[in-house]
Parts: sequence; C-alpha cells; structure tokens
Amino acid sequence: MTNQGIGQSVRRKEDFRFITGQGHYTDDINRPGQLYAYFHRSPHAFAKIKSINTDAARKMPGVVAVYTGKDVAVDKVGGLICGWTVKDKKGEPHKAPRHDIIAIDHVRHVGDQVAVVIARSLGEARDAAEAIEVDYDVLTPVVDVVTALQPGAPEVHADAPGNLCYDWDFGDKAATEAAFAKAAHVTKIDLVNNRLSPNPMEPRSAIGEYEPGTDQTTVYTTSQNPHVIRLILCAFVFGLPEHKVRVIAPDVGGGFGSKIFNYAEETVCVWAARKLKKPVKWTSDRTEAFLTDAHGRDHVTHAELAMDKDGKFLGFRVETKANMGAYLSTFASAVPTYLYALLLAGQYTTPAIYAEVKAVFTNTTPVDAYRGAGRPEATYVVERIVEAAARELKIDPAELRRRNFVPDDAFPYQTPVACVYDSGQYAKALDEALKMSDYAGFKQRKAEAAKKGKLRGIGLCAYIEACGIAPSAVVGSLGAGVGLWESAQIRFNATGSVFVHTGSHSHGQGHETTFAQIVSDRLGVPLESIEVVHGDTALVPMGMGTYGSRSLAVGGSAIMRAADKIIDKGKKIAAHLMEASVDDVAYDKGVFSVKGTDKQVPMAQIAFTAYVPHNYPADLEPGLEASAFYDPANFTFPAGVHVAEVEIDSDTGVTRVVNWVAVDDFGKVVNPMIVEGQVHGGIAQGVGQALLEGVVYDPKSGQLLTASFNDYCMPRADDLPSYKVGMIETPCPHNPLGVKGCGEAGAIAAPAALMNAITDALGTEKINMPATPQNVWRVIQSQNLAAAAE
Amino acid sequence: MYAFNYHRPKSLADAGKLLGDASDGKFIAGGQTLLPTLKNRFASPSDLVDLTGITELSGISVSGGTVSIGAITKHGVVATSADVKKAIPALAHLAGLIGDPAVRNMGTMGGSVANNDPAADYPSAVLGLNATVHTTKRKIAADSFFTGLFETALEESEIITKIEFPVPKRAGYEKFRNPASRYAMVGVFVAETADGVRVAVTGAGPCVFRHKEMEAALAKSFSPDALKGIKTDPGKMNNDIHGSGEYRAHLVGVVAKRAVQNALG
Amino acid sequence: MTISVTITVNGQPETRDVEPRTLLVQFLREHLQLTGTHVGCDTSQCGACVVHVDGKSVKACTILAAQAQGAKVTTIEGLAADGKLHPMQEAFREHHALQCGFCTPGMIMSAVDLAQRNPNPSEETVRHELEGNLCRCTGYHNIVKAVMAGAQAMRG
Repeated sequence: MTNQGIGQSVRRKEDFRFITGQGHYTDDINRPGQLYAYFHRSPHAFAKIKSINTDAARKMPGVVAVYTGKDVAVDKVGGLICGWTVKDKKGEPHKAPRHDIIAIDHVRHVGDQVAVVIARSLGEARDAAEAIEVDYDVLTPVVDVVTALQPGAPEVHADAPGNLCYDWDFGDKAATEAAFAKAAHVTKIDLVNNRLSPNPMEPRSAIGEYEPGTDQTTVYTTSQNPHVIRLILCAFVFGLPEHKVRVIAPDVGGGFGSKIFNYAEETVCVWAARKLKKPVKWTSDRTEAFLTDAHGRDHVTHAELAMDKDGKFLGFRVETKANMGAYLSTFASAVPTYLYALLLAGQYTTPAIYAEVKAVFTNTTPVDAYRGAGRPEATYVVERIVEAAARELKIDPAELRRRNFVPDDAFPYQTPVACVYDSGQYAKALDEALKMSDYAGFKQRKAEAAKKGKLRGIGLCAYIEACGIAPSAVVGSLGAGVGLWESAQIRFNATGSVFVHTGSHSHGQGHETTFAQIVSDRLGVPLESIEVVHGDTALVPMGMGTYGSRSLAVGGSAIMRAADKIIDKGKKIAAHLMEASVDDVAYDKGVFSVKGTDKQVPMAQIAFTAYVPHNYPADLEPGLEASAFYDPANFTFPAGVHVAEVEIDSDTGVTRVVNWVAVDDFGKVVNPMIVEGQVHGGIAQGVGQALLEGVVYDPKSGQLLTASFNDYCMPRADDLPSYKVGMIETPCPHNPLGVKGCGEAGAIAAPAALMNAITDALGTEKINMPATPQNVWRVIQSQNLAAAAE
Repeated sequence: MYAFNYHRPKSLADAGKLLGDASDGKFIAGGQTLLPTLKNRFASPSDLVDLTGITELSGISVSGGTVSIGAITKHGVVATSADVKKAIPALAHLAGLIGDPAVRNMGTMGGSVANNDPAADYPSAVLGLNATVHTTKRKIAADSFFTGLFETALEESEIITKIEFPVPKRAGYEKFRNPASRYAMVGVFVAETADGVRVAVTGAGPCVFRHKEMEAALAKSFSPDALKGIKTDPGKMNNDIHGSGEYRAHLVGVVAKRAVQNALG
Repeated sequence: MTISVTITVNGQPETRDVEPRTLLVQFLREHLQLTGTHVGCDTSQCGACVVHVDGKSVKACTILAAQAQGAKVTTIEGLAADGKLHPMQEAFREHHALQCGFCTPGMIMSAVDLAQRNPNPSEETVRHELEGNLCRCTGYHNIVKAVMAGAQAMRG
C-alpha cells in the first residue's frame, strides 16, 4: 500500500484509455437521430442588425430549422448571466447588459451569434448558414480599454454609459497616500497584460437532447463544472427544474478556465433540442474558438511603489483598466477585482495598499478567467515593479525581496488587502531557487554570452497565489452568486471495492489518480479497487467543479471528510465484530483493532459485513457509504520563486529561454509526478504569454487578426526549455490534507520572471508582452539610436 | 469544404483532359496548402484532379551536374535523399525545414512551386539555383517563372513535370520563421553558380525575388562581411502583425549573412 | 455524389461510399467510429489528427480519404499489438507525458514516426521534430522525456 498512498508518484489510472485512443470526449459522442448546429456569425465588430433573411437558407438541402434571436425571444429564454455582482466605489452594482444567446438588435464583436442553422449534417448546416443574408448598419467599434474610456468613444451598450462596467477600489487610500508622502524613493511602472486565447486543444462541443416521455433534458458539454452549468441553465436561462436536467461533461481536453463558463452555443443546442425533440450537436472549429472562447487578461496598469531609504516597502498603489469584452461573461467581474487586488501584497509586508480598477466594455470577445485569473495579473504588477525598484536602488533583486518578505514566524499573516496568508517559508524558497539556478554564477555566464554577441538576462519572480476561494459566506458577501464548497461521496461495494463521487472535474489534472490515492491512503483500499466518478450530474450528487486550483484543497478535503465518516461507521461495525466497546476500537490504514489487544478486522471485512449484515449491531443501518461537503475556512496560499534566464540574439531579436528554475510551496503533495506536470504546463503557458501569445484586434475595424494558429503563436516544444522543479512543503494548517493547490502557479510566476530576465538583458523596462522577436528588435533598435545620438 | 468531384488520373494526358473538361477544376498534389484553403471555404473548385497517381512525375536523378526532381516528389524524400544531400546539400536542408514531418510526408515540390506562396521555401531554391521548371508544355527558366503573389508563368492546365537544378559550386539556405505559422518570414537562398552568384529572398516580399545588390557584393567576395551595409527597401516588404516592412528588410540582411555562412560550411 | 474508397485501417480493409470532400480524419471518426484520432484546428498546425499512412506520419485532417485509397493506415487504436502497449505508449504513461489526453494520440503517432527515423534522438532533435504537434497541458517537458525513452525502448 505504501507505494500507492499520499506522497507517491503513482502512474495515472486514467492514462490507459487516452494512450490507446479510447477516451470519450464530447465530439466523440453521437446520439441517435442527431442534428447539427452551425452558427452564422457577425463579420462586424459592431453593427445594428437591420434585417435577417433566412428564406434561402431554410430551403437548402438537409435543413431542419433556422433560428434567429427573435425566435429565441419568443420562448422567453433568459440571457447569459454573470454570476458575481461587483459593487462599485459608490456601492452600486456593476453594469451587466443583457447577453442574448443569439443577438437580436446589435452585434458587438466579430463572431457574435446572429443565427443558427440546424441540419441533418454539418456540411449542410454550414452550406445553409452561408445562405443567410443579414443587412447591417455598421457602427464604429472600440477594442481597447484606453480608447473605450475616452469621452465620445463609441458605446458598446446603451445601458453602460462611457463603456464603464464598474469603477471599483480596494484598500486603504488614506494610509497609502500617507505612506507615499513619507517615502524616500518611489518606483513607477506602466504595464500591459496582454490578452490571451486559452486554446485548450479540445475545442468546445455540446449536444442537447430532450426526451418528452420523461421530460428529461440531457446536455453533453465540454465543461469544468457540470453542476454549475446545470444550475445556470435551470435557474437563470430556461427556468427548468434541476431534477429534469442532466449535464454530462465526459473526458474534457483541457480547460484552463475557458470551460468554466456558460456559453451561448451549448445553450442554443439545449433550446433547439427541446424545440425539435431531436439531439442537436455543435462542435467549435478553431477559428470559432478564437472568436468565442472567453479570452484572458487584457489589463492596462499604472503602479507605484513607495519605499524607505533601505528599500523597505511602505506603500503600493495600482490603477488598472480591465477589458471585459463585449459582454460580461460568467465570472468576469470577479477576475480583476477580488482575484486581483487581494493579491497585491505579494509575498511582502507592504503595510498600505490601494487599488482602483475600471472594468470596461469593448467590441471584443468577452474576457473571463484564464489559468490564474487575476492572480497572474497581480503577480505581474508586483514582481515587475519590485524588480524595477531593485534596479533603480541598485540593490540585488533577490536581496530587496528578502528584506520585504513576510517572515516565517508571522503566519497567519494579515495583509492590508483582506487576505490572511495561511503558511509559508518565502526566504527558504528563494534560497533554494537561487542555489538551483546558480544565481551567483550569472555574471560569468552573461560575460560568456556577450563574447558570442548575445544579450543574457536573469529574472526572478516571487509569486503568491490564492486557491480554493472560500468560505462561501465571505464570497457571498463580496457578490458571488454561488457557494464555493465541494461535495464527495464514498460508497463501498460488498466485495470491498469503492466508488468515489466527486463534484470536482478532471480535464487533465489527474483526479482519478490523486483522489484514489487519498482514499487508498486513508481507507486502506488498493488503488485498482477505487473508481473515481466525476463529470455527470446524475452520478455525482452535487458539485462546484474545478477551477482556481481548488480541486485537492476543497474537493480532496471533502473526500477526507467522507472517509472520516466511513471510518466512524466502520468502528461501530468493528466493535461489534470484535465484541469491544467503540471507544476501544482504533483505526489505522485500513485496519480496525482493539486497543491493547491483537484483535483486528480489515476494512474489506467491514464492508462485507455492512452489506451482508447477518452479525451486525442492532441499532445500525446496513451499508457503507458517506457523503460530505467541505466549505474551507480560508483560501490556501501557495507561493514560490521562479528564476528565468534568457539569451537574446540582438541581430534578430529572438529570445531563447536557456534556464528555468521553479521552487514551489504547495503544502503537502499527494502525487509529486502530477504536481510537477502541472508546474511544467503552467510555466509553458506563462512563457507563451511573455514571449509568443497575444490576441490582436485591428483597432479600426475590430477584426480579430489572430484567429488561427497561423497567427496566434502557441508554444511549441522547441520554444521551451526543460524545467528544473524544486519543492518545499509548508502544510496548509486549515484543511485536513495540508494541501494548497498547484494548477496555476506556473502561469502566475512565469510571465514576470521571464520579462524580468528580458528587461535585465535589454537594460530597459520599456517592453510589453509578448516579447516577440520584432518587439525585442525594436527596443534594441531604439537603444542603438539613442546610443548613437549621445 | 464545398462539394467537388475527385479524379485520380494515371497519365498526364488524362490529367490535362480532366481539368480541361471541368467547369472550374484544380490540380491537387500533396494538398498541404490547398486542403486547408478548401476547408476554410476560401475556394470552391468543381473538380480536383489528383496528380499523385502519375508515376512519371516522381523520382530524383542526378546526372551531368544537374539534379532533376519529379514534381510530386515529397519534401521528406528530398530532405533525406542521399543524392540531393551530396549534390546540393542546401536544397536537402531547405526541404527539411518545410512545415513539419507530417506535412513533409505529403507536400510536394511541384505543388509548392506552382502555388508560389510568398512564404514558401522552395521558390527561393528554384530562383537561387537558377533551376529550370519543366512542364507539360515547355521549359521555363526560374527568372521568368515566379510572376507575383501566388502567380506563376503556368497556364491553365499546364502541369509541372520536374524541376532541374544545376549543381552549384556552393549554396546555403537560412530561414527565419514566422513564430506562429512557422512559414518563412524571411528565407534567403544564396548560391555560387556557374553563371555567377544568386541571392533569392522568400517570405519578405509579396513574391520571391533576387537581391541584385547582394549578388554583386558576393560576386566580389563570397563572405558574410561582403553584405555589410547593404540595405533592403522596407517599402517593398510585406507588413503584418508579425513583422513590419522595416523588420523584414533588416532580417533580409541578417538572414542573408547566415545563408552565406551556411554555404561556406 | 459519392465515391467508393477502400483503405486498410489497422490491418482491416474498410470500404465506404463517401463524398469526395471527405477527409481521412472524417473517414476514421465518422465512418469507422475510430474516435481516437482528434481534430484540434483547421489549419494543419496542431497535429492531434496524426496517423500513419503507409508507415509515415500524416495529418489526417489534411488528406482526403480518396487520396488514401489503397493505403495502409494505422491509427492510435491500432498501435498496440496483441493487447500489448507499444513501447511509445508505455513511455508516455511512465513519464506522465499526457494530462488531458487530447493531443496524445497524434503526439504518440508522431513520436513513433520520429523514433523510426531517429532511433536515438537528442532532446534538441525531439523538440524540433515535434514542431507539428501542439500540447497545451504538459509544457512538453515530460513528452520530450517520454519520446526519448520510447525511442530507446523501440531500439530494444
């Protein structure tokens, strides 16, 4: 058992089906009599729909129906909702203009749904969609936050004057101003956090199905949180009873946040399937994914850091404009507020912090949570300005960080931005990272690179993350429309095997293995006898899903609670079998024993006895299963230090990442192999953001210029180095596993580390992400010009 | 894709006839450019005439200082051909830089040259090596083959049969990839041939072109340093989100130097 | 109009009447229900659809079924012989070279082709050769390790 439990790099249970091509992703599923949906989408970024003519399309071969927004409106379908209401500086709720599942009056971004064709084949649906004629009154679009906030800018929504969704602030303004007043040095920085397209390799897909005989609606969808989708579809969009709707999220090919949200397409499939009483399937192609999957990031920020003469941080103020896109997506409002400003203390003891955030509507694809969601943006601001401050003060960046770290003995640590950090050893992680990266030897490596004509740079990032957002009462008070607990059910079979039902959803994270390890460790059941069940609202009683690196800290804790209940009941059965008092029964790793004797009963026998209760306590129910819900007392706060080292070819501007060290503290680690894999993937996405990726809209037309992999640069194997990953373990004190969460750390840490390395190599802070060869070359050119002018 | 008829003739004569009979036919070889175009519904041919069943279009031979490559020879075959590697290593090197391994297993030389994508690699080798394009109707010198953006001297239903590359004294290719698509943002093929030095630039402009100033400089001294100070007109370069005219013009100089270095080995 | 196409898939000759515009990946997924071959893009970039046609890696989204007439196609479902995993499949599991699993079939098929051409590839070779396969989950680190280990196992 010892090689299967907590702390072991167990090989994944789910892999066999994936490596043999036997996974079941949504698009692999086909239902009898299934029809296909294809959307006619807006070619314009902003336009008034004058008329839509679907006559020709309706007559095309194979076409079953053509629907427009007006058809949807007749059925009184609700719009897509935002599930988190942010209140602005004055206490007014944010502006959440109606978001119809098919546009009615206006289209507000390229790709907005204008009509849908339902046909017998996908080819026929697409042919007919091209035959739909739409007469538009084309309007001037606005795509960036700075322009959108200028007086006289085009307004995306009539009910959001000035394109303002909210003007929000957080922190102690007066205290922060006072801190700046007494500062010996102030560092200022202007940053753009570039807009990203999440691009899970599996495009979104959905099938809606309706059975009139039972009035049952079934939705197959690429979701990270099927229960949340059921709740939204039932309670807000359709007004259906939850017990008549089943949402199945089968194997899901990556999410990174983009598959949290309730989208128009799956909603249309459900609506059309109920109307036509036939299954309706839609699968996104990649260009549709670029146009409609919620994007991430897109912040424009000015930040200032006040320090005393020794570089001790006194105050920090941040002003951010966040692009919401054309509509408010499911959790969009929370990302640049509660998931952002609350993390602006970083790993430091900065006593006064004040943040102002303006959320802005533009004629672009909606923006919502993407791997890290707000926390990468916060870390980017903090760690870029700290590095810049160190350079200005001519203090070693590692040393400046060390001077300002929250010390090990200060935990639990209350920050000035509401968080209570649970535990950490920030200096230890830094020391380890410096050692692993041979930080001391960098100067020599830089000199050697210079001999080859290369610019070499090194950059640090000491990041903080908040995972497992909770407790529900607190997030509710901040505007969340849902609770943020998780549920679990453990059910033994008579022959000793176990079902574990979890409301978390695995779309690459390896829950089928990690959660089985926890149960194996706690209940003494061999790994191969445990089946983790997830992704189906009919099989899993309740759940909130997977995002924000919450699965193990919240979902895993719920499983631990359920396991405790199993053990409690097992003790009663064991006491009966061993003719002892319950109080005298001890439990350890799958074995019940009577204290002080050699009497013992294994878990398997307890399970059998529970279902074949011939010799059984009189007052006890048969069966061995337990449900539990877990609502955490606090967030968890993983932290760590990443070190990036780059070489730049000054002739071409090409940056090569030559070394990467990550030292992370995720608390207790259940499966180190899986955790390291999460770190690798996160780093790759962070490197992608810093070096390669960026959504680009044409400022005049609002056209998406990066609508395929030919123009949106995805990280490839040869863009990336191998990573050196180290770990330290400071357990989380407030959950039963002592775990913190690891899914987003790499994506949070990497952009700042890499940009700090690039700015170090270039000797200027003035470069934005992505640092493409062209962007780097331009900086080098302007420096050459400046040098020549001197 | 829109619907089309598909034909796979066994002879060039049949291929020509099938295309002639079609209302709006197109030849397809490896299809690595054409099929993505069709999938995006950017074109709607009535008929596709597949040339890959015509065996006489296949094969590589070397004789009398000439490397002759059949039009449907795949990039992967050119890249790994011992004959090509020996005679014109730069050509094999270039072929190995096209697309990715799976694309190289389908894409053909004739298809790439006939399509004349401004970011394709092969046109620079054809032009840089002063190759001769053989078709079902005639022989076309490289200098008069590439006529503009996606334009060539090929007439309707004229099929490339093979391309003959004179073996140069030395040659080199260097490619600066578009970071996203991995097509050539700037590719430079330099060759010291019997008729003098040739420098062909692909990716940078709307069509592959010869860089006469560089040719003159390299004729005097075939070394990277000879290219120092030679400028390329940014106004004649492509300009997109990945690279402005200025950046591409700059890269032409850098990449050309590296191509010369490659040629020198 | 349909045409008759016969392709030997994983050792089994399969004949279907299909529209000429049918791609090989559609032939596999929709006509043969072999859904292990995935579609992740429209521009021949992602490589989720890589299969072997006559022993060589090909993007099944960028070849017509008709172009594969008479060919021998191997998909991820046909890689394991006699119920025994291919060494490259084993290596992917052993080295945690997959997370969501969506890119995995194409990645493994490309890796097998790579190892057949480069029996002892360096890290640099593996990274370069995987240019046509995108993975969004793993950051490639473990894929590279797995391909090198798988290639070694294939050498025997």
